[in-house]
Amino acid sequence: MKPPPFAYFRPGTLDEAIAILGRTENAKVLAGGQSLMAMLNLRYVFPDALVDINDLFELSGIEIAPERIRIGAMTRQRRIELDAELYEAMPIFRDALKLVGHRQTRNRGTIGGSLCHLDPASELPTLALLLDAGIETAGPAGVRRIPVGEFITGYMMPGIGPDEIVTAIEFAPWSVAHGHAFHEFARRHGDFAVASAAVMVERDRQGVVTRCAIAIGGIGSVPQRHGAGETALTGSDGGPDAIAAALESCAGLDILGDFHGGPDYRLSVARTMLRRSLTAALARASERTQQA
Amino acid sequence: MYEIELLINGRPFRGAAEARTTLADFLRHTLRLTGTHLGCEHGVCGACTVLVDGVSARSCLMLAVQADGAIVETVEGLAEHDGTLHPLQQAFRDAHGLQCGFCTPGMLMTLVELLRETPHPSEDEVRDAISGNICRCTGYQSIVDATLAVAGAAGTEGSEP
Repeated sequence: MKPPPFAYFRPGTLDEAIAILGRTENAKVLAGGQSLMAMLNLRYVFPDALVDINDLFELSGIEIAPERIRIGAMTRQRRIELDAELYEAMPIFRDALKLVGHRQTRNRGTIGGSLCHLDPASELPTLALLLDAGIETAGPAGVRRIPVGEFITGYMMPGIGPDEIVTAIEFAPWSVAHGHAFHEFARRHGDFAVASAAVMVERDRQGVVTRCAIAIGGIGSVPQRHGAGETALTGSDGGPDAIAAALESCAGLDILGDFHGGPDYRLSVARTMLRRSLTAALARASERTQQA
Repeated sequence: MYEIELLINGRPFRGAAEARTTLADFLRHTLRLTGTHLGCEHGVCGACTVLVDGVSARSCLMLAVQADGAIVETVEGLAEHDGTLHPLQQAFRDAHGLQCGFCTPGMLMTLVELLRETPHPSEDEVRDAISGNICRCTGYQSIVDATLAVAGAAGTEGSEP
């Protein structure tokens, strides 16, 4: 199908983009377009206007500092995937991005667009939640920095105003010796995941888990932190009992059924993904801690 | 209506498009460049893949107005003017990398990008590159074979496609 008619704006500055959003009813921001254009073609959405922010080059780029990593909202997914410095600091980004769509969609798709689309099965919101990221927005009232937990308000509902634009994502990098993993199951490569599990861990030289973060995507209406699993791992030896406890407590997550299968099926898939991610991340953390 | 000027396969083109016209429809209907195919129109099948400013993109997920001023490469630009096929096209022909041919333009443009970045890809890299291109005839094997054949040949001649 073809998109319905809409007015088209392509502002050259962020201020202009915010002003257009402020005075235009029912406008949508067009970033990489890899979800919005499909929804327009299928006539799932009927915006009266599109505000194309592809000329806002200042929203693109990756800045890596010891305390803080900042990725501009319009940074293309493919650029994030291939960035050598980011890979060095936080290799989980490459693992996650290899699962995002296909190379042709990652060439145009952006991190900000993915966060605002907020599909519960998509990798980048799950990763943002895992890393306790801050989502920076700009609007008529100025710049806001929204903790990711507040940004994710519900199914495909980012917590931003109609006249606000996401400008960047920021998070603190983990220690050089951290272990990471991002596993998901999808029916076909590049499809939205039935379940995904993202894990970050740090261990001391005795193998004790000193820090652990787990995020589960795909199974509920939003990506979720698995707090009970993090508690089970933190302070443990990272052995089979701790992993079993983390898998067991997945039953407490919000799980919906869909055409892939009922909640029991998705819980089972989530546990399998989490077992793979925990095993891989714990092994990597041990290896890097010994090397450090 | 928007006036759009762009360079396609090294030649300047211009035409008018509504804001809602996708790049794919602009290429096919306005400029009559029907080599680029349209399958699903929601970014899944990969048939409409073209190169925009050197990188592969779904032309159904871009507006024509967004391609104003861009350098676009389509399947029509691959063969020489005298009809000599691009090495990748010739390899597809030799290895039976196509049957109905509907997916072929998208396959070729995706693989042209891959071979520019990675002149000697592994089989896994080829399969990963075309994971976003659906073919219902070949079972992919002959497409992979054709790509690996041309990549090998390019290596022995010391030239890159």
